[in-house]
Amino acid sequence: MSKNSEYLIERENKQYEVIIGLEVHAQVTSESKLFSQSSTKFGAEPNTQVSLVDAAFPGMLPVINEFCIEQAIKTGIGLKAKINKKSVFDRKNYFYADLPQGYQISQYKYPIVGEGKVILDMPNGQKEIGIERLHLEQDAGKSIHDIDPNNTLVDLNRSGVALMEIVSKPDLRSPDEVNVYIKKLRSIMRYLGTCDGNMQEGSLRADVNVSVRLKGETEFGTRCEIKNVNSIKFMQMAIISEANRQIDLLEERKEIDQETRLFDTKRNETRSMRSKEDAHDYRYFPDPDLLPLEISQELIEKIKSDIPELPDEKKKRFIDKFNLSPYEATILVSDIETSNFFEEVIKNSDVKLATNWITGELFAVLNEKNLEISQSPVSAKNLSKLINLIKDGTISGKIAKTVFEQMIDGDQDPLIIVKEKGLKQESDPKAIEELINKVIENNSDKVAEYKSGKDKLFGFFVGQAMKESKGKGNPQLINKILKEKLNG
Amino acid sequence: MSDITSQSLFELTSNIKEKKLSSEEITKAFINRAEKSKKLNVYVTNNFEKAIDQSKKFDSNPNLDFKLPGIPIAVKDLFCTNGVRTTAGSKILNNFVPTYESTVTQNLWSQGAILLGKLNCDEFAMGSSNETSFFGNVQNPVGENLVPGGSSGGSSAAVAANLTPVTIGTDTGGSIRQPASFTGTVGLKPTYGSCSRYGIVAFASSLDQAGPMTKNVRDCSMLLEVISSFDQKDSTSIDYKRNYYSKELSKDIKGKKIGIPKEYRVDNMPDEIEQLWKNGISYAKDCGAEIIDISLPHTNYALPTYYIVAPAEASSNLARYDGVKYGFRSPGQNLIEMYEKTRSEGFGDEVKRRIMIGTYVLSSGYYDAYYLKAQKVRQLIKKDFDDAFSKVDAILTPSTPSSAFKIGEKTNDPVSMYLNDIFTVPINLAGLPGISIPAGKDKNNYPLGLQVIGKPFDEQNILNISYALEDKINFKNDISDWWLSE
Repeated sequence: MSKNSEYLIERENKQYEVIIGLEVHAQVTSESKLFSQSSTKFGAEPNTQVSLVDAAFPGMLPVINEFCIEQAIKTGIGLKAKINKKSVFDRKNYFYADLPQGYQISQYKYPIVGEGKVILDMPNGQKEIGIERLHLEQDAGKSIHDIDPNNTLVDLNRSGVALMEIVSKPDLRSPDEVNVYIKKLRSIMRYLGTCDGNMQEGSLRADVNVSVRLKGETEFGTRCEIKNVNSIKFMQMAIISEANRQIDLLEERKEIDQETRLFDTKRNETRSMRSKEDAHDYRYFPDPDLLPLEISQELIEKIKSDIPELPDEKKKRFIDKFNLSPYEATILVSDIETSNFFEEVIKNSDVKLATNWITGELFAVLNEKNLEISQSPVSAKNLSKLINLIKDGTISGKIAKTVFEQMIDGDQDPLIIVKEKGLKQESDPKAIEELINKVIENNSDKVAEYKSGKDKLFGFFVGQAMKESKGKGNPQLINKILKEKLNG
Repeated sequence: MSDITSQSLFELTSNIKEKKLSSEEITKAFINRAEKSKKLNVYVTNNFEKAIDQSKKFDSNPNLDFKLPGIPIAVKDLFCTNGVRTTAGSKILNNFVPTYESTVTQNLWSQGAILLGKLNCDEFAMGSSNETSFFGNVQNPVGENLVPGGSSGGSSAAVAANLTPVTIGTDTGGSIRQPASFTGTVGLKPTYGSCSRYGIVAFASSLDQAGPMTKNVRDCSMLLEVISSFDQKDSTSIDYKRNYYSKELSKDIKGKKIGIPKEYRVDNMPDEIEQLWKNGISYAKDCGAEIIDISLPHTNYALPTYYIVAPAEASSNLARYDGVKYGFRSPGQNLIEMYEKTRSEGFGDEVKRRIMIGTYVLSSGYYDAYYLKAQKVRQLIKKDFDDAFSKVDAILTPSTPSSAFKIGEKTNDPVSMYLNDIFTVPINLAGLPGISIPAGKDKNNYPLGLQVIGKPFDEQNILNISYALEDKINFKNDISDWWLSE
């Protein structure tokens, strides 16, 4: 990475580097919870998806949902990580109203997935971010403080839902890298179908660890953990605000306390939640209700054989096979729906044009209308038809844009639009020659100027000819014939 | 025919199958006796009305293929029973009525048994004398003001006093075998994983097992056969082929190798216990068994290990009793105050003591020195037994270091109370099956028990050895019905 792309915060000729590590909590895509058969569907009426196990009734016991285990292994493989054949569920003990057992079942010393990595495509090249571990744990319920003036209400629908905690190494160095990292992680899990990555519904949240140090320093500074940030934008804001807070302290020669902090999105600042001294003693110990989790090589192999092509591999294929630029390939593989759409379009049409149209016109429309590609107003089928019309010269690229604008309205067939509106390109050399003759006649003064050396006027003649053809003239043909006439 | 309530399970089922007795007659006989036995305080909650209805229903269309046809049974109040209050002997669950049934009790009802009521026990099964129950202590029918043992004290007293034909208890460190020993009854703790823990109020999950408590060994085999089952709802339940314990019951133990561990000869053990053990050994020899001296070198560490592991698990298992979802709640100004008041008022002293010990041994800075070390020692204790079982088929020891003591005698001395479990806890730590059978009496005429310990899943073997010894010992409980009221 080149020096000038480094993210550094400057203070009086000093440059500070920001060190970031993320603990991402990703909800496992699964019909039922980690240790019970209750549904995990989002948005149900409060306390309607709660079993006796989820509510921790006396004598109730957790029974592992094997599908969630497979999902975690799958994710581990997607992160190029080591799958631990033996892992242990521990109890993390603390009291809270929305934690019915009085402990969360998690994995502490022996997680199901060990070290792995995620490759980030940054503008100036690739960067590898290390994954420390991935472990499975239960989500807690939800405390609701703003319905009843005197009581806190508790909704246990989420209680017991399976989460994967994915812990990165402190390898991230800027808010931009955090953005790309989260998106990449999300992309991998969506390719795998192990987490829908929906941040609005809380399927993806992160605890952000931030520390700062002077550039060139090799030791890490004291870090603070910002708890439970639920959007990339807030993560970036929190990092910038927290890094500056820490730098201010260092500049004033004050100590940074290792502590847990919360990000106040309204005031754009972090504030202390609890200090190291007040840190919970979670009294982790192996859950005696669950045996150690043992995973066979056969299961790992079976899951491996089901792993779809992942973004990095797909990108490589797009570059090698379709001759796309790394930039184009990165955009097209960024999420599985986009790459599927792209591959659908190029089944029957030109790759280069498809790339340009998807990353250009189509993305512009999606952005403007705030739509996902899965909700695209133009189907892959009709887009490939449009591209073929351009490719075979039926319409020009310019006309194609007009056609595309109309296609958006109800995914109309471009063939019908072109036919009904009479937009077919004029590619008859005789007809073009006729209209060029007309332009030359009408602009004899400009012709003289051109011939005396004012080359720039060529564009003027092209424009006039195009206008004369009502935009339907084949641009290549216009160019060719104009050149012959003017230079001949 | 002898009095209904003094009949064994075997006799009652035979009489029902031969239509000599109806379920209603039997059920009413036990209820009548219970009405006159309130002084023993064995019941926390009775189910008498429903039981009579159910017995009538059984009689109207009796299914005699059942293993417990129309037999009324009272169970320890640690088993969750659908629609019937389940307290675990605690104020904190004083008002708790489950909407579900424990697997072990369900197994009883599925074989035709009828719930008589819920039996008193130490709070959350923490105690060796039934004195920690929120519902008061239980009298041992053997003698007035004598503890019935614990934690299944209501259960042992109920069997000994003919208030239920048989019962089930739970055993975490001796809670079935010690009260059986104190009341002259039979109690078996199965191999860990034999009986499902689903629906049993948890004390220490890695040690808890349900088991039968009966008048004799044959009844014990009959009841074990019903309650032991593989259960997918309990991840620690083990899927193995269970014997037809009652059918395969045999007194032929010729050639069985029985180990005598020297480490169980503890300091200050009363002579009468020593004598009891010697008698047991000679009876075993009489039956044709081979006696082999063995060593279980880590026995001394079992009690301290137990009193780290069990409270650690308990401190976490009892965290759910927080006043939020069910059970007792004492309101507070905020969440923390509500927790503090609920748990201070809802739990008794012994439970609080163990929660504190457990919390301490799991705390950061102490975990390695206590909990982790205890887990390592637990493995050594297990290995002691593994080694021993490479030489012998079973191990014979006393069940307890003394006979039943007086109510109040040890309540202010927790350690001396804990010492009661010295012969029973190693078996829980190793996950092995163990049975206590009445084997003699002390100078006060109070019963004393012998314990037979088996290999994992070898319940049949220890039942057979006990069956043979029982025949030789020919124990008769001397109970005068001193508590009966009119």
